Amino acid sequence: MRRQFQSPIVLLGARLLSPYIMVFGWYVIIHGHYSPGGGFQGGALLAASVLLIRVAGGRRVARLQIQEFATTPLAVIGVVIYFATGLVAMAMGGYFLDYSALPIPGMEPEWLRYTGILIIEVGIGLAVMAILVMIYDNMVRGEDYA
Amino acid sequence: MIWELELIIYIFLALSAVVALEVKDLLVAVVMMTIFSFLMALLFVAMGAIDVGFTEAVIGAGVTGILFVVVVFQTSRKSND
Repeated sequence: MRRQFQSPIVLLGARLLSPYIMVFGWYVIIHGHYSPGGGFQGGALLAASVLLIRVAGGRRVARLQIQEFATTPLAVIGVVIYFATGLVAMAMGGYFLDYSALPIPGMEPEWLRYTGILIIEVGIGLAVMAILVMIYDNMVRGEDYA
Repeated sequence: MIWELELIIYIFLALSAVVALEVKDLLVAVVMMTIFSFLMALLFVAMGAIDVGFTEAVIGAGVTGILFVVVVFQTSRKSND
């Protein structure tokens, strides 16, 4: 960004706040199946914690956390987790995203549903986080990046 | 919810919306829109839609504010009209 200057106090505040936002994001994702929130909200919280460091520290500090080329593979991994869970359930004889047909041995069907929703939400959270960070990176880099 | 508190939230909601529309400095407008989103999230929670309020607080007051700040710093800061 233009007109950028270093402020150690802002960077210290962002560094203090960012890990707690990230932990809360994982809490929202993991508790998503029986409390408010879920994959999208938790992923947006993770993206907020990453973007806070990026806004406060600039590109040199942001390179230490999640690099710019790593956002697209993370988003692809999230989408692949989502569709692989649904298609594995389909291949085992159920419907698409029918969690009780997942091939995890030694689990009751209701615990299987909990686990399936958890896997789906981890995938959604990864995809949302990576895409929001990617939007920020492409906006900061400006019009010379096509 | 207590109706006096809700009335105060509505008044601040209208104030922040008017200030965000009328102000010349676009960074102030972005901050006012963030405040609008957060008060809106409080009202959603007060009306019982906790999931909607959570999404509004995270997206409207968090990520969208950061993206608007990036847009303001990529263009000129003062509005021309």
